[in-house]
Amino acid sequence: MLPVSPLRVEHADVVVVGGGAAGLSAALAIAETAAREAGGTRAPVVALVSKVYPMRSHTVAAEGGAAGVVGDDDSLEQHVADTLAGGAGLCEEDAVRFVVERAAGELWRLERWGLPWSRTDDGDVAVRRFGGMSRARTWFAADKTGFHLLHTLFQTSLRYAGDDGVVRRYDEHHVLDLVVDDPGGPDARVRGVVVHDQHRGEPLLLAAPAVVLATGGAARAWGTSTNAGIVTGDGMAMALRAGVPLRDLEFLQFHPTGLPGSGILLTEAARGEGGVLLDAEGRRYLADYGLGPETPVGEPVPRTMELGPRDRLSQAFWHADRDGRTIPTPDGGVVLLDLRHLGRERIAERLPLVAGLAKQFAGVDPALEPVPVRPTAHYTMGGVRTDARGATEVGGLFAAGECASTGLHGANRLGSNSLVETLVVGRAAGEAALAWARGASAGRVAGGASGAGAGVGPGSVDADVVDRAADVADRYLAMRGRGTEPPAALRAELGRVLDADVGIYRDADGLRRALATVEDLRARYDDVRVADTGAVLNTDWATTVELGATLLVAHAAVAAALAREESRGAHQRLDAPAADDVPRHSLVALDAAGRVEVTHAPVGRADRGPDDGTRPSAAAPSSPVEGEGA
Amino acid sequence: MSEETVRLEVARQEPDGASRRDVFDVPFDDRTSVLDALQWVKDHADPTLTFRWSCKMAVCGSCGVMVNGRPVLGCETFVRGFRTSGLVVEPLAHAEVLRDLVVDTDTFVGKLAAVKPWLVPDGATRLPLAGDAAGVAPDVAPDVAPDVVPVALAGGPAPGEDVLRAVGPASGHRQTPGELAAFKGFAECIDCMLCYAACPQLDLAPDFLGPAVVATARRWDEDSRDGGELARADVLDTEFGAWPCIQVGACTQVCPKGVDPARALRDAQRVATETWEARQASTEAGPAR
Repeated sequence: MLPVSPLRVEHADVVVVGGGAAGLSAALAIAETAAREAGGTRAPVVALVSKVYPMRSHTVAAEGGAAGVVGDDDSLEQHVADTLAGGAGLCEEDAVRFVVERAAGELWRLERWGLPWSRTDDGDVAVRRFGGMSRARTWFAADKTGFHLLHTLFQTSLRYAGDDGVVRRYDEHHVLDLVVDDPGGPDARVRGVVVHDQHRGEPLLLAAPAVVLATGGAARAWGTSTNAGIVTGDGMAMALRAGVPLRDLEFLQFHPTGLPGSGILLTEAARGEGGVLLDAEGRRYLADYGLGPETPVGEPVPRTMELGPRDRLSQAFWHADRDGRTIPTPDGGVVLLDLRHLGRERIAERLPLVAGLAKQFAGVDPALEPVPVRPTAHYTMGGVRTDARGATEVGGLFAAGECASTGLHGANRLGSNSLVETLVVGRAAGEAALAWARGASAGRVAGGASGAGAGVGPGSVDADVVDRAADVADRYLAMRGRGTEPPAALRAELGRVLDADVGIYRDADGLRRALATVEDLRARYDDVRVADTGAVLNTDWATTVELGATLLVAHAAVAAALAREESRGAHQRLDAPAADDVPRHSLVALDAAGRVEVTHAPVGRADRGPDDGTRPSAAAPSSPVEGEGA
Repeated sequence: MSEETVRLEVARQEPDGASRRDVFDVPFDDRTSVLDALQWVKDHADPTLTFRWSCKMAVCGSCGVMVNGRPVLGCETFVRGFRTSGLVVEPLAHAEVLRDLVVDTDTFVGKLAAVKPWLVPDGATRLPLAGDAAGVAPDVAPDVAPDVVPVALAGGPAPGEDVLRAVGPASGHRQTPGELAAFKGFAECIDCMLCYAACPQLDLAPDFLGPAVVATARRWDEDSRDGGELARADVLDTEFGAWPCIQVGACTQVCPKGVDPARALRDAQRVATETWEARQASTEAGPAR
């Protein structure tokens, strides 16, 4: 029944899956390493695979900024302390230190690459206050920081993407799965990725000894979400199937200020600049929910009132809603984000995107009227378990950015810590992946592609790897023209149940309901309808493939939430309001039959699976990468 | 959605080139965007309808289409304005159609790469403008050149070692708000290609670099930290560089982000002329530096 698809094979030293900030950082780190070595060793090839075009990646929508210590009144120690406090016991301190030490360096690197950071009158880089941060240390480019960061990275990458360049782009190529030897076993090792070329309408094996997953989060699973349509958890699902556990997935950040209905993000910078939140009576309700004392309007105080941590603000909204203090709308209760006292000029200078979004999508001019807002699903704190440099327990497999759980964010991410994580860990993972690939091609690791980067065709790839890749491709392609369950209905039902029962506050009854629903949806997905049988740009099929990943990751998140019988950070249980004395990570894995299993593991060195000496560090040579003391 | 519906006509095209028009009656309310309407068709009427989208907040640049002949972003264009007229949705003009509303983007990205849209750091190539005799180096802080990289302890701090050390570059350029403002407007381009659809000159000169790419080139030229203006001038001052523009201004009118590509093109033509004159003058004056 299955058609035997002709499988094109191409080689790379490193495959990077995802073209957002983390993926571009990984690719640029490799390109720069090659540039430093020019004339020496063979230049590497990094395949940068994006299911869109890199400049469309969801990094583009990040608004507020990126944290890095620069001021004389600030210190690395204080940034570490703030991050640990926000993380409520679940941060991995080595990852926090690793990122904080490199944060400002990466932001300066972007400055040197031309990112249009907002400036002080003297021409220094300006920093602003952000929730949970005790000092002003958030660098920003108005309120389009992610947009400028992404375009600066993408345009800089074009320098290395010429005909003989190190960076070989695969735009609008949809990654279906990893090819991994011995998944879940002690010798687990990545061999490449199976890709669908959406333009040519054919599958492709990208064979490589190292792969960096940089696929972003999974918060599009929720019905009301700030996330773009492409944020579907693809890489998390691939890692899970490859035997890498997903850690702390129950910690989903709800951003306190989204537009009702659409879920469109209005950045925290609106509050950092002095915006305040009002209930239906016009009162600063946060003071009544433990975030006080009330601060003067327009004079924000760190970690107080509107600048409290995001989880606390979203929780305060929930209580205010239950107490009847919100304004009812068809999209649920709303509160008001009041920016009027900032004045039109300041709003235009510092918050132009907020002003535009409020006008275009809510019909409100924030200089004249307060903007209705409510919490919306925003950020996946958990993800693919890695060490601080993005290494997983599968040889050659790395993850960076929102799809990874390095342990930086713990139970609650501080705003502006994630953009620097994409840069720092993206770069580190790129460097580590290149080192691994070179170890592999030098024969120190079995399965190395000695001809990596050189060829097209199956020549230097084991026939077994090609066969397995072809099986994967055929299985996915066979979804076309089959099934009865419309994918749109499954997607809508998933969003509804997650919004209803896996929100800001949870309890066992709701989580059991959600789990049963997600299991049912996954069963129905086995018979999902893909009506479009076309080969080229078949978006009906591609979005249905994404839905499969989203359902798997949502299943893992709900199972982890049910298994965490305590309240901590972004995971609040009405039926278990206290935090356990000893914080533990959750780990979701698939058993031999493909069932979702949840276990727990201690925080700290004991949980450092990838770092325990059994793997990559053994083969990631004592680094050829200069400067980072890696 | 309410019971009210609107007539939506969509241009369809198979990858093999076969084309047709389909018409749908799409329910809508005051908040239904053109993108929502297309998604309604895909979810409820025809799953094969093919279009791009992602952020739904007018910043990713994916969802450009023609609506009643005008290039717009589908996510921020609302159906309510077309109650009586109905909508005709077509792929962006001046780009090859790959399938239905999805057009070729590779050509655009290739043009973008051609103008070196990255910071060319070490100076002496900034143009002698307005009578300056010598090239002007960009304003680089003296300590900007080598990465200042304190060596971190290998593998992070040893047990009991609590000292945190900054790793990586520790400085950059100064740039005043005025210097930032000189190029910031051009840096707002989201690569959505609406200006290409609007530009009549692309009918006559399909290889024209086009409004957005020239705006991005000028974004870097005008950045006080950049020294790549001469290298970009080699690309802009060509038959299909900045010169096909005849200042119709359609690009600036349709830009969803307030970029002014028409001004960028005007500036690029002026700079090309001045560069040519400066090069002539330096040739006459003796060997160039």
